[in-house]
Amino acid sequence: MGTSVVNMPWGVMAILLPLAGALVCFLWPRRSVPLGLVTVIGVVTCVAGLGWQVVVLGTQRYAVGGWGAPLGIDLYADGLSLLMLMVTAGVGLGISVYSTGYFERKPSALFWPLWLFLWAALNALFLSADIFNLYVTLELLGLAAVALVALAGGADALTSAMRYLLVSLLGSLFYLLGVALLYHSFGSVDMAILAQRMEPSPAVWAAIGLISAGLLLKTALFPLHFWLPPAHASAPAPVSALLSALVVKASFYILLRLWLEVFPPGNAALGQLLGLLGAAAVLWGGIQALCQTRLKLLIAYSTVAQLGYFFLAFPLGTATAWKGTLYLLLSHALAKAAMFMAAGNIMHFGGHDRIADLDRVAHRLPLTVTAFALAGISIIGLPPSGGFIGKWLLLDAALRAGQWWWVVILILGGLLAAAYVFKVIGYAFTQAGVLHETRTVPITMEWAALALALGAILLGLFAPWPLALMEIGLPFGRESAG
Amino acid sequence: MNWDAGLPLLILSSSLLPGLVIFFLPEERVATRTTLNLGGALLKLVLVGVMVWGVFHGHHYETRLPLLPGLDLVLRADAEAVLFVTLSSVLWLVTTIYAIGYLEGSPHRSRFFGFFSLCVTATIGVALAGNLITFLLFYELLTLATYPLIVHRGTEVARQAGRTYLTYTIAGGALLLVGTVWIYSLAGSLEFTHRGFVAELVDTHRAALIVIFVLLIAGLGVKAALVPLHGWLPQAMVAPAPVSALLHAVAVVKAGAFGIVRVVDDVFGVEVAANLGVTGPLAAVAAVTIIYGSLRALFQDDLKRRLAFSTISQVSYIILGIAIAGPAVTIGGLVHLVHQGVMKITLFFCAGNLAETLGIHKISEMNGVGRRMPWTMAAFTIGALGMIGVPPLAGFISKWYLGLGALDAGQGWVVFVLAGSSLLNAGYFLPILYAAWFKAPPDAWPAERTWGRRETFWLLLAPPVVTALLTLAAGLLASAPFSPLQWARFITAQEYMP
Repeated sequence: MGTSVVNMPWGVMAILLPLAGALVCFLWPRRSVPLGLVTVIGVVTCVAGLGWQVVVLGTQRYAVGGWGAPLGIDLYADGLSLLMLMVTAGVGLGISVYSTGYFERKPSALFWPLWLFLWAALNALFLSADIFNLYVTLELLGLAAVALVALAGGADALTSAMRYLLVSLLGSLFYLLGVALLYHSFGSVDMAILAQRMEPSPAVWAAIGLISAGLLLKTALFPLHFWLPPAHASAPAPVSALLSALVVKASFYILLRLWLEVFPPGNAALGQLLGLLGAAAVLWGGIQALCQTRLKLLIAYSTVAQLGYFFLAFPLGTATAWKGTLYLLLSHALAKAAMFMAAGNIMHFGGHDRIADLDRVAHRLPLTVTAFALAGISIIGLPPSGGFIGKWLLLDAALRAGQWWWVVILILGGLLAAAYVFKVIGYAFTQAGVLHETRTVPITMEWAALALALGAILLGLFAPWPLALMEIGLPFGRESAG
Repeated sequence: MNWDAGLPLLILSSSLLPGLVIFFLPEERVATRTTLNLGGALLKLVLVGVMVWGVFHGHHYETRLPLLPGLDLVLRADAEAVLFVTLSSVLWLVTTIYAIGYLEGSPHRSRFFGFFSLCVTATIGVALAGNLITFLLFYELLTLATYPLIVHRGTEVARQAGRTYLTYTIAGGALLLVGTVWIYSLAGSLEFTHRGFVAELVDTHRAALIVIFVLLIAGLGVKAALVPLHGWLPQAMVAPAPVSALLHAVAVVKAGAFGIVRVVDDVFGVEVAANLGVTGPLAAVAAVTIIYGSLRALFQDDLKRRLAFSTISQVSYIILGIAIAGPAVTIGGLVHLVHQGVMKITLFFCAGNLAETLGIHKISEMNGVGRRMPWTMAAFTIGALGMIGVPPLAGFISKWYLGLGALDAGQGWVVFVLAGSSLLNAGYFLPILYAAWFKAPPDAWPAERTWGRRETFWLLLAPPVVTALLTLAAGLLASAPFSPLQWARFITAQEYMP
């Protein structure tokens, strides 16, 4: 029995199960909460099964439908994809629990189908082994995300959703053009085959340019971030959490994958450019976050800043730097989801998210404020937290490479983050006696936020485990000696 | 996990776990909270006692948990750690008792005592840290745990003080982080070692090492309130009195000073640091801080502000002692780590008593207060005289070793700094004592509360009396085994023995 469990196609199931769940929830909207939750448990189990498989047997490759590369759909799982799937499962579980409380008062028939559909797209994206499948999943992900933003209703949300839709389509279009160029040059879309055949030529550089531009737009790297704050801030809280924690990471994951495995070496100039844009994002996002008067916009600009960190590894290019980036990505996913959930609780409770009027929230929603503070510690990068580990690795990589200017960016980014996080927390301790609360917050919403924030902290205490997973399949290559 | 590997973790948990439980206690569960607080503090004291005994008899206590590949979270009880741990756990017990009395009936006590316990946990972590990354971790945790205590009252002034505190300490933490990563990328190790671990880099990376030293000292100097990084300390006076005691004597300022001890002794090593030419400037900064703090203290009418500037001055004695190479002067610096804590906590307890009982915040309101509150003012007097360095009190021992050691090391100018500072200490403490004992009391105190026949609530009175007795004992019994002085000798012998 043991072997049959190990050999089950967990990866394929992790995609099909949420897809089926989405369909069932769509057909029985009245039962969507229990059906959805059952699906969530199933998906988490699948990811756990896949994790076991990858840890015990090493990297996994599935040929869906038995066709295999280069004709059929290939799925591939190594340490990098596994960690992405796992953090998606963790955040997804938290968001699902949270949403049961959030949508209690005004149920939304479409949330569960869309969310499970989005989860299926995410899992498929992280498992895709060819660049065309990546395009398909990216497009599906974008559509589901746009629909979820529009879920809030109202003029604001619809405008943001429309802008988001256009950006999303434009980004995928660029990406698709690049894929077409590569297919034309090398006759394949499989990443492993492309990597073997890859040789620099003008067409390849054009393709790389198009693909990168499309993905950077979708990842909202400065100065292409203009669409992100309104979209992430106007969505319902669980959707904001989803978008900031997971969806923007998906396009970054594609870029990372292609950069590591497909793009030819010798793109140092592009790497430096990405690093510079990342640095600009860290500073600009941080300053903008500090200037906001609304909590959700502050958190959204914080995402812009945090996304900038991920690009600092491109000019460094060492295994330590990539691991640091991935570590920052994982902890940001947990912490940012927790922050948006906490903001959702505060809005639910007080009916507004004006930072200056957050008086005495600390006394009345202690769990929520704790969640926000713990998530903030990871966002700032203070120990012990996943954010600290990620920053430590990046700092170490930058100093070893002799590129001390990235150290300055990392430190300034941390100081800005501290300024905007404590701006919020400072108000939570004030004594002003104005009472805003209109209703109580369901316990599930408070604990879901706290659990994810604790996850971000625990990542800082159990770093050897995720770092060991990152070695499976050597997605980042070997550590250079020294 | 065996006993020797588990004890440091156990000592850490004895305040961490009660603290976490306290956060979730409803406000009205006073008895449970008090039991947890005092139980944790007593248990910690017993465990620390066991550890002191063990270390003296050659036991090696070390907890090691993997943090990153090649880097561990290390809690180790070496002689320096034991000195600081003992100080913190003794003073924590006293401060807890004081805080229970001080905050009786006030709101948000579960939150307060939760962070209070976290604060002490972080301090113990700082003390026991066996390498620089563990030190950094707890040093930052200390910043975070102290912030809610400073803003505890929730007033606009408190919020402002909290913001200043964070601005200074987070920036300092960032410098410390850069220095730590940098030294790790050069040396490949962060383990505290007698005489340092960077000796072989001196020839190849001299400039980098000097910059790293400056980064580390600047990062630590913020908490140690070295001029010009001291601006947060006088502002933090708005915090409740037990928090001030904690800031000045047990935790924050001490963590900075202790960090500087670690960096000079166990990261660079005194000889390497002297070779790099960085100890001279450090000694100069410490000397300037000593004189500047005393001068500013002279002109404060607010009692707590005067004490705050006095702290700025006194903590730099420790740094001065470390910065000058030589056994006796090092003994003076290390022993002052303990002595300053015991004396300063006494003074802050007394200031808190005056404010709570009579509503006195200013020195100009203290006329004749010795007759109304004789026990409190007796304790205050012992603390103040100790600070001036009157024999046979604790402060005298510190100054004696500092001065003698500086002469041994050929640094005669230090004696002038010490003499000048002592004069200034006398200048700002003696008028208080004179006013309190010899001037006539006013007709009415600013805001008087009475507790029967006693001068004040006994939970507020016992702590300063105990710490005043400790000040007396540390001076009178300096030659007894296990006195702070003997322990400082023990540490210094290890540092200077071949």
